[in-house]
Amino acid sequence: MENVLLKNINNPGGHTLKNYLAGGGYEALKKTFKVTPDDIIQTMKDSHLRGRGGAGFPAGLKWSFIPKDPTVDKYVCCNADEGEPGTFKDRGIIEYDPHLLIEGMIIAGYAIGAATSYIYIRGEFEFGAKRLEAAIAEAYDKGYLGKDILGSGFTHDMYVHRGFGAYICGEETALLESIEGYRGQPKKKPPFPALSGLYSKPTIINNVETLACVPPIIAKGVEWFTSMGPEKSPGPKIFCVSGHVEKPGLYELPMGTTLREIIFDHCGGIKDGKNFKAVIPGGVSAPLFKEDNLDISMDFDSVMAAGSMLGSGAVIVMDETTCMVKSAYIVNRFFSHESCGKCTPCREGTIWATKVLRRIEYGAGRPDDIELLESICDKIFGRTFCALGDGAVMALRAFINNFREEFKYHIENKKCMVQA
Amino acid sequence: MLTDKTLEEIERIKKKYPNTKSACMEALQAAQREKGHVTECDMRAVAEALDIEPVEVQEVGGFYTMYNVEKPKGRHHVQVCRNLSCSLLGAEHIILAIEQELGIKTGETTEDDRITLSTAECLGSCGTAPMMQINDEFHEDLTVDKVSDILKGLK
Ligand SMILES: Cc1cc2nc3c(=O)[nH]c(=O)nc-3n(C[C@H](O)[C@H](O)[C@H](O)COP(=O)(O)O)c2cc1C
Ligand code: FES
Repeated sequence: MENVLLKNINNPGGHTLKNYLAGGGYEALKKTFKVTPDDIIQTMKDSHLRGRGGAGFPAGLKWSFIPKDPTVDKYVCCNADEGEPGTFKDRGIIEYDPHLLIEGMIIAGYAIGAATSYIYIRGEFEFGAKRLEAAIAEAYDKGYLGKDILGSGFTHDMYVHRGFGAYICGEETALLESIEGYRGQPKKKPPFPALSGLYSKPTIINNVETLACVPPIIAKGVEWFTSMGPEKSPGPKIFCVSGHVEKPGLYELPMGTTLREIIFDHCGGIKDGKNFKAVIPGGVSAPLFKEDNLDISMDFDSVMAAGSMLGSGAVIVMDETTCMVKSAYIVNRFFSHESCGKCTPCREGTIWATKVLRRIEYGAGRPDDIELLESICDKIFGRTFCALGDGAVMALRAFINNFREEFKYHIENKKCMVQA
Repeated sequence: MLTDKTLEEIERIKKKYPNTKSACMEALQAAQREKGHVTECDMRAVAEALDIEPVEVQEVGGFYTMYNVEKPKGRHHVQVCRNLSCSLLGAEHIILAIEQELGIKTGETTEDDRITLSTAECLGSCGTAPMMQINDEFHEDLTVDKVSDILKGLK
């Protein structure tokens, strides 16, 4: 399959406007201006493009929720917070093909009638933020941004907003709070951002990869997009593969490629000839799978049906030497570190679970610690504002349910079952 | 006190948003760029530049982990990722090797103020794990030998 989203990933000079134009860049924008905003929204609906940030919500549907009133300001926000551990695809697009994102955002702006957009990029991506700012400046210079773009009468301004260390700002309402200059804490929904988002105005928030899919859908057509993957979740998808594989990295593959194909065909199998043990299919919030699930199709619905999430497409592979108690501890420690502190079950529960996991890992586990962990999970799940707490619980339950023996061994023998 | 350069930068940041409060995060980042951390005094100056209350700036400074509030760090801030993908590929060995080489523990700064060592959560570089960030720069595909060379190069 030809790379479209990662076309320039091995092309060090690929990020410039000159290169982007040479590859047919901004042609989709020209095509866009020849049709109405509603036509674009219909095209996005027909493409069945689903959000690549984690939840898989249909992008065209989201855009169609924006009120049509031309007197109301509207905003496009790009979620480039990329904090889900295991995920590094948005950084790839931003660093190697920033104009692909910018073009997608201008088209989104035209579709919903937004004059302004913000790219919320995580603070650590200094290089990426500079790349984006340089690319935006190039786009202004050549008339792809600013007043009356390409003589279309459509005006659009685009800004980079830099985060500064907070995983929770990837959650869309927290992200908006952060742009407004507050602490990044989630807000109650409804109202949904489509009606009351940034500065209480109608706002769409989409992931980098979602927006990067927009120009090729317009340029190559809906049929091209839907020719890949299952009917309800089509298109190309970037998988971020890390952990114990021979060739970790970014892989653009059709949605619906199986985990087995990703790990063994594309990534060269398990590192150093070891045996497979487990895989997290969609970032650390997603429940892990054992070998019996390797043949499921990596698309939103199939992974969900198997009890996990496609999430951000971050595939983390663990070989036979991996200690599951330690891995669960690392993952939980992350969630307790990143809990924003707004709701008690998440704030206190993740800290408590981390403490218990830590003592099991360091040989001081108590006989009923597994039951204790399970009861902590029950007290967090479904009782929090945003999905951070639920993610932490689902991940931890999967570690315990799939590797209960290992947890027991750790507690009883005060040491690890696997030889690391 | 903020330098004129920072104040100019803050004026540029203000133009991006319909109100000045939104500029708070990036204005405080600009202030931190001056000397690697921000003081109470800087936060008051940012508040004044944005015409908002000092407490609004302090709230931001206290919430986001990349602001170093009143905490002068070493000239080089070495942050080693400790999240899952990096850990699977030996992040602990890297951290241990750095502690040994520098004679400090994680969270500490060398006596000559050259290096502060911390750990970080996933930095979005898991395909080239293990990795670390030194100030604004990423160092990927680390090995113990490679880390030792990188540390020696920090002045
Ligand atoms: C705790 C938490 C963290 C999230 N982090 C991210 C993130 O880093 N990037 C992202 O695109 N979406 C993230 N999301 C999902 C967003 O809330 C939102 O669904 C997404 O940006 C919508 O864009 P999409 O429809 O294009 O996927 C996160 C959600 C939660 C609950
Ligand atoms: S886990 Fe270390 S960079 Fe992602």
